Amino acid sequence: MSGIQDWIANEVKTNDVVLFMKGTPAFPQCGFSGQVVQILDYLGVSYKGVNVLEDADLRQGIKDYSSWPTIPQLYVKGEFVGGCDIVREMFQAQELQQVFTEKGVATGQTAE
Amino acid sequence: MTTKATIEEKLTRAFSPTELGVIDESDRHAGHSGWKEGGETHFRIEVVSKAFAGKSRVEAHRMVNEVLAEELNNGVHALAIKTRAE
Repeated sequence: MSGIQDWIANEVKTNDVVLFMKGTPAFPQCGFSGQVVQILDYLGVSYKGVNVLEDADLRQGIKDYSSWPTIPQLYVKGEFVGGCDIVREMFQAQELQQVFTEKGVATGQTAE
Repeated sequence: MTTKATIEEKLTRAFSPTELGVIDESDRHAGHSGWKEGGETHFRIEVVSKAFAGKSRVEAHRMVNEVLAEELNNGVHALAIKTRAE
């Protein structure tokens, strides 16, 4: 279905930071998704969480979108950053913080 | 052949790793979505191979995911990956 691909592309392009996950940032329904939520919250990054469990087409579509077979998936400024393991490794190596800085995404003192 | 053994064999063939760890963590996810009686649904793997030299994390993980595409489509619900070049 190209419709879902267009929808994903639009989400990724119109939001600076998007996390495709199982559950919601407030209530993750998978440990791997929960880990990425914790990291993003710790860094104080504003992001949009998209719950793939709400839609079977989306759940498959996001895997096809980046040819990445697992969820969660983090996108920053339209670019695929990685899944849970990569995000955690990057965070521990201070590389994730660098990605946000380089791409002009505010961390720390966010309003909400 | 168990899924664990299949994963080990495929990774060995694809990357000739100097270190390889394949751990079935399914027990730790009992009752969670994707879990099945008998395990073999959640794996953690660590691969050390020269094949990953000069690759980004995303590239290295893609290489692993491609090798295990069949398993990911058939019963393996979660795959935690760690790759290193040396």
